[in-house]
Amino acid sequence: MNQTLSYDNLFKLLTAIIAASAAVILIVNAYTLSTGALPVLQRFGGYFFIGTQWNPVPGREIFGALPYLLGTLVTSAIALLIGVPLSLGIAIFLVEMAPKTVKVPISYLVELLAAVPSVIYGLWGLFVFRFWILNYIETPLSTYLGWIPVFSGTPFGLDVFSAGVILAIMIIPTVSSVSREVIQAVPDSLREAAYSIGATKWEVTRHWVLSYGRSGIFGAVILGLGRAVGETMAVTMVIGNAIGPAAVPTSLFKPSQTMSSLIANGFLEATPASLELPAYIGVGLILLLLALSINIIAHMMVTRVLKVKGGGAVE
Amino acid sequence: MLCFICVIIAVIPLLSILFEVVVRGAPQLSLQFLTQPSGVIGQSAGGIGPAIQGTLILIGLTSLIGVPIGVLSGVYLAEYGNNKYAASMRTVNDILTEFPSIVVGITVFSVVVLNTGYHSPLAGAIALALILIPIVARTTEESLKLVPNSVREASLALGVHKWRTTLNIVLPAAKSGLITGILLAVARIAGETAPLIMTVLGNQNFFSGFDQPIDALPLRIWKDALMPYPSSQAQGWGAALVLILIVLSLNIGVRIASRSRLQK
Repeated sequence: MNQTLSYDNLFKLLTAIIAASAAVILIVNAYTLSTGALPVLQRFGGYFFIGTQWNPVPGREIFGALPYLLGTLVTSAIALLIGVPLSLGIAIFLVEMAPKTVKVPISYLVELLAAVPSVIYGLWGLFVFRFWILNYIETPLSTYLGWIPVFSGTPFGLDVFSAGVILAIMIIPTVSSVSREVIQAVPDSLREAAYSIGATKWEVTRHWVLSYGRSGIFGAVILGLGRAVGETMAVTMVIGNAIGPAAVPTSLFKPSQTMSSLIANGFLEATPASLELPAYIGVGLILLLLALSINIIAHMMVTRVLKVKGGGAVE
Repeated sequence: MLCFICVIIAVIPLLSILFEVVVRGAPQLSLQFLTQPSGVIGQSAGGIGPAIQGTLILIGLTSLIGVPIGVLSGVYLAEYGNNKYAASMRTVNDILTEFPSIVVGITVFSVVVLNTGYHSPLAGAIALALILIPIVARTTEESLKLVPNSVREASLALGVHKWRTTLNIVLPAAKSGLITGILLAVARIAGETAPLIMTVLGNQNFFSGFDQPIDALPLRIWKDALMPYPSSQAQGWGAALVLILIVLSLNIGVRIASRSRLQK
């Protein structure tokens, strides 16, 4: 009896230890990047976070990560501005409007967007999408509105704007599927009450459904932000890969660089003994901290809302 | 109507990607293309054999490392998960599923590549496994929770121990859900590029030992796309077609399998 009991306990202990793998992964990542970035943080201190120079030449080394942090933030912001309204539209369509027969195929198609590997988005962006953007959006905008600073520069198709739009496409599956769940969780009684006082479908959706689910939808948006911030390959291939002060995203139609694309492009060329490698690791550390805080916030918001769902609507 | 337009706008890129990959990639396909090394850069002869081989090796090694760990974590979360420790591990898993993959690449580079002194298939597989484990843990937990409690109770009532019940009764009952989750996770890591840059490095040749760099399809696509030669770019589109066929057939296959199961 004792022996069999201990088998049970042993199994439980074993799986409990293995379940710690998640925490181990997180801690190992955080620890490795912190220690790896230490030399560059000690040498440059605060400049590493607010500086714009990036020079790996031995003897004249100087590393500032600000342009890439800004690059990540600006491209992600563009992604949200374009991607979120589209995703909400899709979610509303799927929950409130679509007949059953088209619901399933459409949600398949949108989910397939998430299955396409990032590098293939990059390939498509580099050889196909770039020219759509260049010919139909950037050239007209820069011809007629080029005097506005954000549209200045000679459009080339490989810039902040292209990267942001590609990211917008890539966050659609995440944002739309989570906000779809949130909208589905809105109790039907609420809709019925609104209809019964004479509201139209648009008014019901806009004033009741969306405002009821707003914190969950906000969570979905933050989740999309998390995806956009960490995305690497597609951005690397279309952002134009500027370096140093030139990479500060002052115009939409200018090559720039995000933290992840900087690492993808430069990491292998850094010599391990120099300060360059710690500099890349330091950029990785900033990326890790940013992504982690975004994901934690998103997780808190989404779980809180879907917990409420348990009591409310049942599909 | 406005919402339907949103759907159309979202579907256009997908269709365009599939269209371009097929139209530009299909002319590349031939036995030679699928089996030969890439040959002299800038000349059309050559193929993506090493990249396909590398991706298959990486998928195999990653599954070998990641699937047992992921499944057993999921088992703990589902079967013993009613406590604070499990709740916090669940949260960490959730957070890790959207973790930037290039950060994982840096970590594995610092821990494995710098310490062993070489880029290797194993380093790449470890990096991919770190991405795979949280996903598999979550899907395993979800599919185990779908197994009715009466199944567990029936087994326990017959005097079967909890651990045997879990391994011999509950896991087989959740088999199709488990396989679906694992295949989707594999599809996800098969297309990962960023963590491979600094771990397996890429190679023009076939696998030649566990202390040598190997090639992989996503790396090949990236490198080919940035080459100035049309023949290299065409090779990149061919590689993209092969990769997307692998990834999409895993995805679509899983969907069809799970749908027909639900309808029964």
